[in-house]
Amino acid sequence: MDRITEDKNVHPGMQHGGWRGFVADWSSDRRAFRDVSWGKAMMWIFLLSDTFVFSCFLISYMTVRMSTVVPWPNPSEVFALTIGGTPLPLILIAIMTFVLISSSGTMAMAVNFAQRREGARSAYLMLATAALGATFVGMQAFEWSKLIHEGVRPWGNPWGAPQFGSTFFMITGFHGTHVSFGVIFMIIVARKVLRGDYERGRRGFFTSRRGNYESVEIIGLYWHFVDLVWVFIFAFFYLW
Amino acid sequence: MGEATLESHEGVGSAEFPEVELYHATNWWTKYVFSQDAKIIAVQYSITALAAGFVALVLSWLMRLQLGFPDSLSIIDQNQYYQVITMHGMIMVVYLLTALLLGGFGNYLIPLMVGARDMVFPYLNMLSYWTYLLAVLVLLASFFVPGGPTGAGWTLYPPQAILSGTPGRDFGIVLMLVSLIIFIIGFTMGGLNYVVTVLQARAQGMTMMRLPLTVWGIFTASVMALLAFPALFVGAVMLLFDRLLGTSFFMPALVEMGQRSDYNGGSPILFQHMFWFFGHPEVYIVALPAFGIVSDLIATHARRNIFGYRMMVWAILIIGFLSFVVWAHHMYVSGMHPYFGFFFATTTLIIAVPTAIKVYNWILTLWRGDIHLTVPMLFAIGFIVTFVNGGLTGLFLGNAVVDVPLSDTMFVVAHFHMVMGVAPILVIFGAIYHWYPKVTGRMLNEPLGKFHFWVTFIGSYLVFFPLHYLGLMGVPRRYYAIGEMDALPLSTGELNQLVSVAAFVVGFAQLVFVFNMVWSLRNGTPSGGNPWRATTLEWQTPETPPSHGNWGKDLPVVHRWAYGYSVPGAAQDFLPQNQPPVVQFTRGAEP
Repeated sequence: MDRITEDKNVHPGMQHGGWRGFVADWSSDRRAFRDVSWGKAMMWIFLLSDTFVFSCFLISYMTVRMSTVVPWPNPSEVFALTIGGTPLPLILIAIMTFVLISSSGTMAMAVNFAQRREGARSAYLMLATAALGATFVGMQAFEWSKLIHEGVRPWGNPWGAPQFGSTFFMITGFHGTHVSFGVIFMIIVARKVLRGDYERGRRGFFTSRRGNYESVEIIGLYWHFVDLVWVFIFAFFYLW
Repeated sequence: MGEATLESHEGVGSAEFPEVELYHATNWWTKYVFSQDAKIIAVQYSITALAAGFVALVLSWLMRLQLGFPDSLSIIDQNQYYQVITMHGMIMVVYLLTALLLGGFGNYLIPLMVGARDMVFPYLNMLSYWTYLLAVLVLLASFFVPGGPTGAGWTLYPPQAILSGTPGRDFGIVLMLVSLIIFIIGFTMGGLNYVVTVLQARAQGMTMMRLPLTVWGIFTASVMALLAFPALFVGAVMLLFDRLLGTSFFMPALVEMGQRSDYNGGSPILFQHMFWFFGHPEVYIVALPAFGIVSDLIATHARRNIFGYRMMVWAILIIGFLSFVVWAHHMYVSGMHPYFGFFFATTTLIIAVPTAIKVYNWILTLWRGDIHLTVPMLFAIGFIVTFVNGGLTGLFLGNAVVDVPLSDTMFVVAHFHMVMGVAPILVIFGAIYHWYPKVTGRMLNEPLGKFHFWVTFIGSYLVFFPLHYLGLMGVPRRYYAIGEMDALPLSTGELNQLVSVAAFVVGFAQLVFVFNMVWSLRNGTPSGGNPWRATTLEWQTPETPPSHGNWGKDLPVVHRWAYGYSVPGAAQDFLPQNQPPVVQFTRGAEP
């Protein structure tokens, strides 16, 4: 278990294999995660914390859905749109999901171009991402207004358990807020990229620190996370 | 990891990691008020938290007056009594202990102890403090709104927390929940800073396994807080919606004031799960920094290396992990499947193992040590005694069968005040006496400190020890006036009077402490840079108090673990972490 490499150039803490090596890696000199910047580490840890927030929301939703004695409204009917006389179940959600997943694609491309220092392309792809995100939020607003028009309220709805409206507005609202914040920060970062802040080392307005292209990657992490959360909301709320 | 040896691994060179430049304040406002320097933020956090703590202390006096002398000195009515216990509990647990240990000590000690110039995100750090201050102000505002603060009990259990019979139902509960949400947002900003600073911004040579245990405690607690506070956040949001929007997450169909309420089909137990998924880790969020700090106090003031350093680290991590899987032991009386009760009782009792390891290691550190009975040491020993006491009653309450009859009695009050009230507060006092010289450059007055210790320590025992007995006799908690009951012997009332008198004495003794802190600011003996002859990095700063950027021109380079006391062959009885090793001419070494 305790394999010791003979290479003298290896850091002494990294000479061990097995359990000791595992511990030595994690407790390594100066940084636990090598070549990971402070900002990126912070975003990952924040996302871990945010995962717990969304998990709590979703678990609460599952609990109330399973424990209610009143029938739960049928998502296939509630979330259907009638287009040209035919009711299409989940059509709006399908489009919304497609839009949001596509935005993850443009985001990944933006990160790629940021890593190549192709600022303009990266910025335009981020703006495309922001536009897709804004479209998503817009469609969500449409869905909300449709449901509100049909009589769904946080405290009740015409079809069954009152918790349907409560959890729906709370969870999609919380997720939509995340998307909206993402859009705002995306536009800010895209503007910085376009203005050449990261090339010229211009200082941030609030933090007075010089930024770099890694900001694109960091906001990308956030964006992918928000997309991933949507997949879970989609699965548990609309498909269940 | 040669623990007590003089040899050293130089580690990775610094060229690999370019330093992020520091923010420099340009005027008085950005230097002392809207400061981005972790040390100033730490002092701001500490003063705000202590001020909130004094409010909660006065509230406890009101409570004790009522409990001790229900007939003669009753200055609060039933509703106010519930408001007082609620605010006392919430302020003490969240706004004093969590904020002071993580926001105060964390901000001051982490950058200094790991050898960084500042927290990694100073601007976010500043926002964290001001968000925290906003949370405190929103909470305190509830004293001045119609109906007063909420009287729901610090656990805020629905349904009664938001029903119309509960005091503060109109505005108090709303402000409480909003304040908690703001606090959590503020803490998240700070907590990310603490965690990333420890993980990614250590000085050269400072591996995690060379960190002082104080940093380990605060670091683990911060990680736990980042994972536990989300549950409270979500619970608070949902309860707020139940109260304001009329949703029924936690509210079942019920009759309120003779009328069928509009609520329908919610689950009060769900809130208990969310609350305690936060609430139990919260106990260790408070306790782990205290564990860490007390380890360093004991090692420094007994001139002994901490016994079983690695075991101590693992115990911290294991306690941190286990505390996430025990939460339902707070809910035995809510009813659960016996197998669940068995599971939660088992995990709870398993926590006793790493905790006991820590206690044994503290005692073995003291064993044959050169114990200096300085004020910090007195508080550290006081902590061990109190913590063992509170921990043992925890074994009673962790067992489902024993808990059920003891639940909601004064025994529970005694248990949690001993284990997470008095014990961490003793550590906080010890830590303030220990680090005050670093923060101000002057020592606190020692005779006053010893007076403060003895009155606080003995007084706390006089307050909380009788409560165990009262609880076993069946005196319930949260009762406004018990009066004479056939079920309770007369002596319980007299004991309650003793407790109340002791509570006042302990409370007033804290004024001595406040006076000491203010008086010593100008009149204390100048301390020099390292008055306790300690090894950790914060005592090795070029200036005391440390200036902006902490380290002057060059960052320190760490050569050994944090506990180089009484090293054989060394010139003094301690070896600072950043002191270069003596060149050893051992067999095979090249000249």
